[in-house]
Amino acid sequence: MLRQIEGSQAVAAAVAACRPEVICAYPISPQTHIVEALSATVKSGALAPCEFINVESEFAAMSVAIGASATGARAYTATASQGLLYMAEAVHNAAGLGLPIVMTIANRAIGAPINIWNDHSDSMVMRDAGWIQLYAEDNQEAADLHIQAFAVAERLSVPVMVCMDGFVLTHAFEEVDLPGQNDVDDFLPPYRPRQFLDPSDPVTIGAMVGPEAFTEVRYLAHVNQLRALDAIPAVALGFAESFGRATGGLVRPYRTDDAETVVVALGSVLGTLKDVVDELRDDGLRIGVLGITTYRPFPFDAVRAALTNARRVVVLERAFSAGTGGIVTADVRGAVAGAECVTVVAGLGGRPITRASLRRALVDAHGGRVESLTFLDLDLRLVERELARPR
Amino acid sequence: MPVEQIPYRQTGSLVAGNRLLAAELRAGQARPDRADALTCGHRACRGCGEALAARWVVDAALRATANRLIAVNATGCLEVFSTPYPESAWQLPWLHSLFGNAPAVATGVAAALRAQGRTDVRVLGQGGDGGTVDIGFGCLSGMFERNDDVLYVCYDNEAYMNTGVQRSGATPPAARTATTQAVGPEPGNVFGQGKNVPAVAMAHEIPYVATATVADLRDLEYKVTRAMDLRGARYLHVLVPCPLGWGSEAHDTIRLARLATQSGLFPVFEAEHGEVTAVTRIRHHVAVEEYLRRQSRYAHLFRPRERTDVIARIQAQADRNITRYGLLAESAPEEVS
Amino acid sequence: MDTPFAITLGSASSRTNRTGAWRVERPVYRDLFPPCAAACPAGENVREWLHLAQDGDYEAAWREIMSVNPFPAIMGRVCYRPCETACNRGQLDETVGINSVERFLGDEAIRAGWTVSAGEATGRRVLVVGAGPAGLAAAYHLRLLGHDVTIRDSGPEPGGMMRFGIPAYRLPRDVLDAEIRRIVELGVTLELNTRVGDVADIRDAEGFDAVFLAVGAQLSHRTYVPAGDSAHILDALSVLRRTAGGAPPLLGRRVAVYGGGNTAVDVARTARRLGAADALIVYRRTRDRMPAHESEVTEAEEEGVRLRWLSTIAQADEGRVTVERMRLDESGFPQPTGEFDELDADAVVLALGQDSDLGLVSHTPSVATAHGRIVVDGAFMTGLPGVFAGGDAISGDRTVTSAIGHGRRAAQAIDAWLRETAVEASAPVVEAAFEGLNPWYYTDAPRQHRSKLEAARRTSTFDEVVAGLDAATALFEARRCLSCGGCFECDNCYSVCPDNAVIKLGPGRRYEIDLEYCKGCGLCAAECPAGAIAMIPEQRLEPS
Repeated sequence: MLRQIEGSQAVAAAVAACRPEVICAYPISPQTHIVEALSATVKSGALAPCEFINVESEFAAMSVAIGASATGARAYTATASQGLLYMAEAVHNAAGLGLPIVMTIANRAIGAPINIWNDHSDSMVMRDAGWIQLYAEDNQEAADLHIQAFAVAERLSVPVMVCMDGFVLTHAFEEVDLPGQNDVDDFLPPYRPRQFLDPSDPVTIGAMVGPEAFTEVRYLAHVNQLRALDAIPAVALGFAESFGRATGGLVRPYRTDDAETVVVALGSVLGTLKDVVDELRDDGLRIGVLGITTYRPFPFDAVRAALTNARRVVVLERAFSAGTGGIVTADVRGAVAGAECVTVVAGLGGRPITRASLRRALVDAHGGRVESLTFLDLDLRLVERELARPR
Repeated sequence: MPVEQIPYRQTGSLVAGNRLLAAELRAGQARPDRADALTCGHRACRGCGEALAARWVVDAALRATANRLIAVNATGCLEVFSTPYPESAWQLPWLHSLFGNAPAVATGVAAALRAQGRTDVRVLGQGGDGGTVDIGFGCLSGMFERNDDVLYVCYDNEAYMNTGVQRSGATPPAARTATTQAVGPEPGNVFGQGKNVPAVAMAHEIPYVATATVADLRDLEYKVTRAMDLRGARYLHVLVPCPLGWGSEAHDTIRLARLATQSGLFPVFEAEHGEVTAVTRIRHHVAVEEYLRRQSRYAHLFRPRERTDVIARIQAQADRNITRYGLLAESAPEEVS
Repeated sequence: MDTPFAITLGSASSRTNRTGAWRVERPVYRDLFPPCAAACPAGENVREWLHLAQDGDYEAAWREIMSVNPFPAIMGRVCYRPCETACNRGQLDETVGINSVERFLGDEAIRAGWTVSAGEATGRRVLVVGAGPAGLAAAYHLRLLGHDVTIRDSGPEPGGMMRFGIPAYRLPRDVLDAEIRRIVELGVTLELNTRVGDVADIRDAEGFDAVFLAVGAQLSHRTYVPAGDSAHILDALSVLRRTAGGAPPLLGRRVAVYGGGNTAVDVARTARRLGAADALIVYRRTRDRMPAHESEVTEAEEEGVRLRWLSTIAQADEGRVTVERMRLDESGFPQPTGEFDELDADAVVLALGQDSDLGLVSHTPSVATAHGRIVVDGAFMTGLPGVFAGGDAISGDRTVTSAIGHGRRAAQAIDAWLRETAVEASAPVVEAAFEGLNPWYYTDAPRQHRSKLEAARRTSTFDEVVAGLDAATALFEARRCLSCGGCFECDNCYSVCPDNAVIKLGPGRRYEIDLEYCKGCGLCAAECPAGAIAMIPEQRLEPS
C-alpha cells in the first residue's frame, strides 16, 4: 500500500507488521516518532499481545529486550546517539548471548558538543559490538530492512541494528509502499528461539567463561557473523520475491561497472550521490557509486567485486576517528588492492551535503586532487582562527 | 511474620524441621524433596551466607510457584561462583546478563511471559548489594515504579566482595574495606546517611517489601512465599554475612546475622504498599559490640585502643532502628502482627 | 534444545566439581552424654526415654526406664532428682520436669498393666538379703538375666525403707505394691519375716551360687541428749515405721525433731498429720546447708512445719527442750555460743542418721567393714568371693535412687562373676555442657508444674501431696528436653549447609555428611541446637 508517510511512521508500521511481542524504549531524538507510534499501536490493542515497556534509560531498554528475547519473545527497541552509548554494555551483551533483538538507530551525532542532528558517529561506535548493522538508503528501505532484520536475526541468533539517518529519513515524508500484514506474516514466521528460559527444560544462560574457552566463543561468534553474508542476500532475495522490490542485501553498486572512480557511502546520502554521479556521467566522467547496506559483517568479497575496475575509491563518511581518519575507509581498504582510497568526511552533526559540494569534491577526487582525508565544506576561517590562538 | 503456633515445641519453633512437627509445619529446607535450586559443587567460599540464602530463597520461590520460575541474576559472587564454564549449579532456568541490569532484564522476562500468555511462570531477580543499591539502582527503581511482576532479592553482604571487598553503598560506617582502609584518624568507612534501600523501595509503594537474614530460615521462607502470593514489584533485602569480607569465622555466618538482628543494627520487617505491617522483635537484645567484635573489618575499633566513641555512634544507629521499628516489645509504638 | 556453545550450561552440571577437597575440618556427628543421665545414680539414660516419650510412645519410654530401673512410678515420686539439678535447661528457663514425666510413665504402666519377662533360665541361684530398693532392683535384673533369685527379709512386707521410711503422703502404698509385685511376678522367691544369720553358712548350706547383701540401714543413729527422766524421746525410724505399720506413736501437740536430713523432714510432716499442732525442726546449721531436699523443706513449710536454724538440743525435759544457739565458723562448722533458749516440746524425735545391722557378716572375717558399712570392690563384691553388697549397707549416698543403681550394677557384676566374665567397662563419656549447645533455637517454654494437695488437707491426711501430670502436660514436659549432646532430627544441619552436603537419611536415621562436597565451614556444628556435631581436623597424608 503506497502512502505518503513520515519515515518514522513507516518504520513503526513495518515493525508492527513483524508482530513483536515486547517493545521497550526510552525517548531520544530523533528516534522518538518511531516509538511514539508503536506505543500508540500497542496501547490501542492492535498489536496484542505485545507489551510496550516505558523504561527509565536506554540501558534498561536493551536490558528489557535481553530478558524478553531470552524468554523467547520477539523483542524490539530503538535509540540514537547518547542513548546507544548509554546502553553500550547491554548492546555487547545481547550479541554475546546470541539474542535476535532488532534495534533501530536513528543516526545522530555524539556530544560533546551536544548535537541532535544526523551523522553516523553513534552506530560506528558499535560496529564491533557483535551486531549485524544494516544502513537504509531511503524510507522504503528503512521499512523493509526491519522486516528482513528480524528474519536474519532469528535465523542466525544474532541481533541486528537497522540504521537510518536521523531527521533526514526519520522525519522526512516520502512515498512508501507499506508492507501488508499478510505478506509480512508469510515472509516472517513466528519466532522459534534456538533456546529460551523454560521451566520445563531449565538451562543456565550467561555463564562466566574463562581463558580456556573465551577465544573459542569469540571465534564461533565470528563464524556466525560470516554466515550472515549468505543469509542477508538470501533474505533480501526472498523479500524481493514476496514484495516485488529489491531492498537490503550486502551492497548496492550504481554505475560502477566501467567506473574509474567509485564513491562508497552508507545511508541516505546515496540518493544525492547517485544524482551527482548521473550529472558527472553526463559530463563524461567514468564515475560510480557503491552503497553499503550491510556494514557489519563487512562484505569484503562484494565490495571487492564492485571495485574491481576502480582506480580511485572515495569513501564518503558521516563519522570519523579523530586523529586517525575514516572508519569505513579502513574496511574498504581491506577489500581493494592497488586502487587509491581517500576519505571525504561529510555531513557531521547534520551539516547538509549539497549536490554542489559533492560535485566539486568528486570532480577533484576523480582528478586525483583530494587529500587522503578531506572534510567537505570545512569552514577554514573558523578553524584557522581557532588554530591561530596561542596555546 | 505470623509465628507458627506449635503446641508442643520440644525445641521451640525455630529449628528448621523437628520430627515432632507435622510435615507442613516444617521449614521447606527441612523437606527431603527440597529443590536444591542452587546445588552442590558451586564455588562459594566456606560458610558463604549468600549461597545459603540463595538456596533458601529460590527453593522457597520454586515451591510457591510449583517450579514455574525463571531467575535473573546480576553479576557478582552469586553469579560467578555458580556458573563458571562449563559448570552450572542452578536447577532452574537462569539468566545472567550484566552487573547493573538484573531488574530490567527481569522486567523483560516478565513482559515476554505476559506477551506469551505464560503468566503461570514467575520471575525472580537477584543480585548482591553492589548490583542492587549502587549500579543497578536505576533499573531497580524503574522496575518498582512500573510495578513489574518481579520479585527482586538483594543479598546484602555490605561490600563488593566479588572484586575483592571494596566499599559499596551498603557498607556500614566504620567498616574496613579495600577502599575504606583502617588508617588515618577516622579509619574505615565514613558515617554517611546510609542508603536504606528497603525504605526506598517502600517509598515506591510497591505491593511488598521485606527484610530478612540467614539467621531466620522460617522467616525468610515465609517472606518469599508471601511475596509470591502477590503480583507486581516486590523487594526482599536479605542480610548475608560474608566470612571473607567481614573477616569472620566461616561457622559464624548465621550467628553474625543473628547478632545483627538482635542488636537492632539490621531491622527485620515487612511492608505492604509502603506501610510496615510486621516487625520481628528482638528476642535476646545484645549490644552492637558483641556483633562488631566477631568481625575483623571492625578490628580497628578495638585495637590498639578501643574506639568507644565510634562504637557509641554505631550503637546509636542500632538504638534508632529499635525505636523506629519497635524492635523491642517495650519500645513498640503499637502492636503489629 | 539447540544450545549455543559455551553460553548455555546444563542444569546442575556443577556436581562434577568436588568441593570436598577444600576441607580442612570435617563435621562428625557425635552422641555426648547428657548431664541428666550422668547425674542419675540409677543410671537412667534420661534423654533416651524422654525422646521416646516425646513421640507419644509411652510404653517404649517406660521400657527404656525399665531396662535400668524397675521402679518408675516410685522414683517418679521419691527421687531427689539429681537429673533435674544437672539439667541444662535450667540455664535457659526452668529445668525439665524429668521426675514428673517418669512418674507419668510409671503410673501409665501400672494402669495399662505393662509387664516384663524374665530371661532364659541359667540354673544359677542367687540369694538376695533385704527386700529394699537395692535388693529388689538386684533381684529384678538378675531375673532378667535368667538367674534364680530368692529374697529374704526380716520385715513383714517387702520394700524396706520405701515402705517403712517414706510416708504414704509421698509414696502411696498401692503404687509401691504394684511395682514390687511386678518384680515378684518375674519369679522371685520372696521369704519375709526371715532373718539371715550368717551369710557364709547359709550360702554353703543352701547351695547359693552368689549372695547380694542389701540389708539397708535400719538402726537409728544414737546421739546422747541429756534428758530428764520423764522426757519423751523417740527415734525417727521407729516413728515412721510404726506409722507405716498402722500403729503410730503418741507424740503430743508439740514435737521437736532434731536433725536436718530428709528423715527429719518426713518425721516433722508425719507429726503434723498425726495431730501435732506444732512441729519444729531443730538443726545446727543453716537452711542452705541442710541435707534435706529443697522441695521437701518447702512442702513442709507449706504444711506449717517450723524450722529453727543454728541450734542444738542441749537438754530434753518433760514438755520442753533447751536449745543452744550456734554460730558457723570460717570453715562452716557450727560452734556453740553459750546462749540458750527454752522451747515447749511434748516429744523429741531424733533424726540424726541411720546405721546398718551387720550381724550377718560379723562371723565372716573376710567381709571387711569400715565405719559401719560393708567394704566392697568396684564390682560390689565383698572380701568373700561370690558375696556382694550394695545399697545403704555400703558407703555412698543413702538414697533410694542410689540403691537402685547399686542393685543393677551389682546384678551385672554377679552375672559376670557367675559367667566368669568381666563386666564390660563403659567407655569414658563426654558430658554435653550447656556451653556446647546453641540455645537460640529453644523458645521459652515454661515448665509444667504438678499440682499439690491443698495444705489444709495435707496436715490431716496421708493422701498423696503431689499430683501427677496428665498425658498432655507430661508430653509437653518431655518435649522441653533440649536433647543435650544428642541429635533429635531438627533438620538444622540439613538446612544450614550452604553446600547441600548434609544428607537426610529419613526418620530415625538422622543424617550423613556428603564429604564429596562438604567444604568444612562448620555451620552445621555451630547451628546444631544440641551440640551433636563436632568439627575435627582433616588428616593430611604425609608426603612419602
